[in-house]
Amino acid sequence: MAEFFQQLLNGLSLGAIYALIAIGYTMVYGILRFINFAHSDVFMAGAFIGLNAARFVHVGTVFGGLEVLATAMIGCAILGITIERLAYRPLRRAPTLNVLITAIGVSLLLEYSGQKFFGAAPRRFPALFPVREFNFAGITISSNQLTVMVVTLVLILALQFIVFRTKMGTAMRAVSLNPRAAQLVGINNDIIISFTFGLGSALAAAGGILYALNYPSIDPLMGVMPGLKAFVAAVLGGIGSIPGAALGGLILGIVETFVAGSPWSTGKDAIAFGILIVILIFRPTGLLGKARVEKV
Amino acid sequence: MPPKSLCALVAGLLVAGVIGACSDRIDPYFLDVLTGIGINVILAVSLNLVNGYTGQFSLGHAGFMSVGAYLSAAVTLFLGPRLLGAGGGTALEQGLLFLGALVCGGLCAAVAGLLVGVPSLRLKGDYLAIVTLGFGEIIRVIFQNVNALGGALGLNGIPPYTTIAWVLAFVALTIFTVLCLVHSTYGRGFLATHDDEVAAEAVGLNTTRYKIVAFVVGAFFAGIAGGLYGHFKQSIAPSGFDFTKSIEIVVMVILGGMGNTLGVILAAILLTLLPEVLRPIADYRMIIYSLILIVLMISRPQGLFNFHRKKT
Amino acid sequence: MAFFPKRFSLAVATAALLALPACRKPDATGPAAASAPIEVGEYASLTGKEAAFGQSSHQGTVLAIEELNAAGGVLGRKLDLVTEDDSSKQGEPATVVKKLISRDEAIAVLGESTSSRSLEAAPICQADKVPMISPAATNPAVTQVGDYIFRVCFIDPFQGAVMAKFARDTLKLHRVAVLTSVSSAYSVGLAKYFKAGFTAGGGEIPAEQEYSEGDKDFNAQLTAIKAAGADGLFVPGYYTEAALVCIQARNLGLQIPIFGGDGWEAPELIQIGGAAVEGCYFSTHFSPENDAPAVRDFVAKYRARFGGESPDGMAALGYDSAAVLVDALRRAGTTAGPALRDALAATRNFPGVSGVITIDADRNATKAAVIITIKDGRFKFVQSIAP
Repeated sequence: MAEFFQQLLNGLSLGAIYALIAIGYTMVYGILRFINFAHSDVFMAGAFIGLNAARFVHVGTVFGGLEVLATAMIGCAILGITIERLAYRPLRRAPTLNVLITAIGVSLLLEYSGQKFFGAAPRRFPALFPVREFNFAGITISSNQLTVMVVTLVLILALQFIVFRTKMGTAMRAVSLNPRAAQLVGINNDIIISFTFGLGSALAAAGGILYALNYPSIDPLMGVMPGLKAFVAAVLGGIGSIPGAALGGLILGIVETFVAGSPWSTGKDAIAFGILIVILIFRPTGLLGKARVEKV
Repeated sequence: MPPKSLCALVAGLLVAGVIGACSDRIDPYFLDVLTGIGINVILAVSLNLVNGYTGQFSLGHAGFMSVGAYLSAAVTLFLGPRLLGAGGGTALEQGLLFLGALVCGGLCAAVAGLLVGVPSLRLKGDYLAIVTLGFGEIIRVIFQNVNALGGALGLNGIPPYTTIAWVLAFVALTIFTVLCLVHSTYGRGFLATHDDEVAAEAVGLNTTRYKIVAFVVGAFFAGIAGGLYGHFKQSIAPSGFDFTKSIEIVVMVILGGMGNTLGVILAAILLTLLPEVLRPIADYRMIIYSLILIVLMISRPQGLFNFHRKKT
Repeated sequence: MAFFPKRFSLAVATAALLALPACRKPDATGPAAASAPIEVGEYASLTGKEAAFGQSSHQGTVLAIEELNAAGGVLGRKLDLVTEDDSSKQGEPATVVKKLISRDEAIAVLGESTSSRSLEAAPICQADKVPMISPAATNPAVTQVGDYIFRVCFIDPFQGAVMAKFARDTLKLHRVAVLTSVSSAYSVGLAKYFKAGFTAGGGEIPAEQEYSEGDKDFNAQLTAIKAAGADGLFVPGYYTEAALVCIQARNLGLQIPIFGGDGWEAPELIQIGGAAVEGCYFSTHFSPENDAPAVRDFVAKYRARFGGESPDGMAALGYDSAAVLVDALRRAGTTAGPALRDALAATRNFPGVSGVITIDADRNATKAAVIITIKDGRFKFVQSIAP
């Protein structure tokens, strides 16, 4: 029984990270209707920014950890906005396929530039927050896992607040519902879209730092698999729905962890994709998504 | 079938034979590069049928390639010794075995194409891309876990049956088949599906059939290319057929112009030669690739070698 | 779509362009000038996941070649080392070894430090009758590929038995779990031999878990191992994953001894693992703390050449692989493949820095293993175990 709960805990911790990344995917899809392939590399950039920022703070204190987190989030927000401005905005009117391909291009660019400038070998990520273990009832929680869950919760609540209680958030929802109409009522779509990218990228950066805390070996290609899985999580929860992305992330994290602890552990990557295919065949709108009517 | 293309096919096969016969007088490194080019041309042309002509954005082509590579290697490694006997067989016997193995690999890949195509029928655009990517990964993980085919370690010591003659012959065959398909009613169907699926259905075209045919034929030739690749490198592993490999093929199709066979062939040649030429700056290769993609999509989305179709 | 003349001529132009380099006849294989350097090929993982191994063994090889050239070379000719990086990727060794043999005309190939990639290149060397000497690949299957494939290190049946004995007799463990990487031939093989040795001595394997190369999260597997009540954990994988396993094990409250094989030996193990790898053990081929004069000499030369860095097992084996090759060249008196192969097979009691090297009938070397532990953030020698 203790093993079951321990695995559940591990799964929640992993799932929280997937949730953070998935929310970024879903936000961009909600507004622009395309999959930002480069999102997974913003996640990686967050971890690397964190690695370099950590040299300037007192590692091992809560305050130092938060400083690094904030730096990475701001840095990646800027990165996300820059990418949108340079690579996606010129293609605002182009067919989605072209934007998709550009996104793949940006993703590859980030990955291989990272490999060139940081080297492909894995690097050690410092323990930003004080590390302790807590034991009770046969289950061990590491403070890093707790940090992941707490930070994720705080960020999701903050995001809900922004989206539902602020003018920016209302504007975001408006653009996502109908971009033309939003422009008609005086919303500057460009600013809103940049803001969305910035927000999503900041979340990805947080995900990157939290991931690096738990798995302290980072390399420029670290975002590929988590990014793909987070995307699956976003689709699972219903693409375009923020709570859906969070739910999808948690479910995927838990399922993956249980598979990894079972005799079929080496198939765990395929499980994510299997879930994706099943969902898309049987319930394409995902768990919490709404069916959209498409006029032809 | 218009006799003109048939003549072209025969001419192509003759050229393959001639080059094969003179292969001892050609620099072996250059032969290797040419073989690589040929394999990439087959991959790019077959993917072009699915992505370019039929508009089904598939990101899992490497998966079909791996099916072909593994199954053909299984035939030559496991069945070969039994069929050829201890002596290794004559050149003719080896050739027949190789042909059989390649076709077997291609057919299995075609079946995989069917299995991937059917569930993907209802999906469009990004979803289709991600699902095909997912299928590619699933195929990779399956091979990683099948210990009879080497598991994660892959297969080594595959007999080097691939010669320049075989590769060029199959290049000719692939181009011939794809162009014939495209110039037939199937081709009209592909293009209609690409341009506007709803309108095509409304006019009474069975888009399902065209999509499936595109996937299956594309997968078949990808499987052939995989078989040729396996018997060229003599070693295959699941990690060599991942998402990155699919992307490399996609870049060739995009560079050449989706739906433009000649452009795609030229792009495949260019993108195979480029790493060799850029060997001194090999670390910058992928960076250059990605920049090409981005710049191309923003400034010239119809592809580098597309001269007359302005449509994307 | 008919072929427009413009596109057709473009196609013809491209074909002509391609044909041009082909017209160049291959360099005639005339008698090599008496003073032309001897080309020795080397393929190693200089970048990528196992970069630490490739860098180390490359440095050892370079040191050996430079020394031998300074002493006048061999057969009156200097040695020219042509090194290719295989980026720690499957598929690359085949390409680069083909290039080394056909383009660079290497008379022998040195490499690689991992078994999977050595297995990939070996059939090519065997088919082209070019001797290949692996410095550190320990899986028995590598030399079984053919009579042109050699190695200068011990093999995993021995290493597995060594760790099994160490676990039983020194660490006094009875229930050791095994966490294997399915992505490397080395890990799978070493796990098998360890299990055989450990159970033969009366030990139990309460849990066997697996992971793939590149995995970061081992919590699930470690939780299962903890639940099975193991008193020790054997991780026969490479250093990056081993470090992460140790960290996550300690985070889960798993304080049992964790140990592994020579795949652990890299500075990154300590860099990434930090406090979590303190007190862990692994077996390897060489320790720079060895007192023998040859070793002290080698360590001094290596430090002088490479900025104070101490050599590890991979460096010592890289050095020995080159030294053994040159010794065989001297005895063979020629660079021809078959003669060189015979000379290599006849290597007896060669004084290598990683130990005395005798190539046996299976083209492997029988040597002692050393056990290393991590103490205060450094590798420390524990004991040496003879075959």
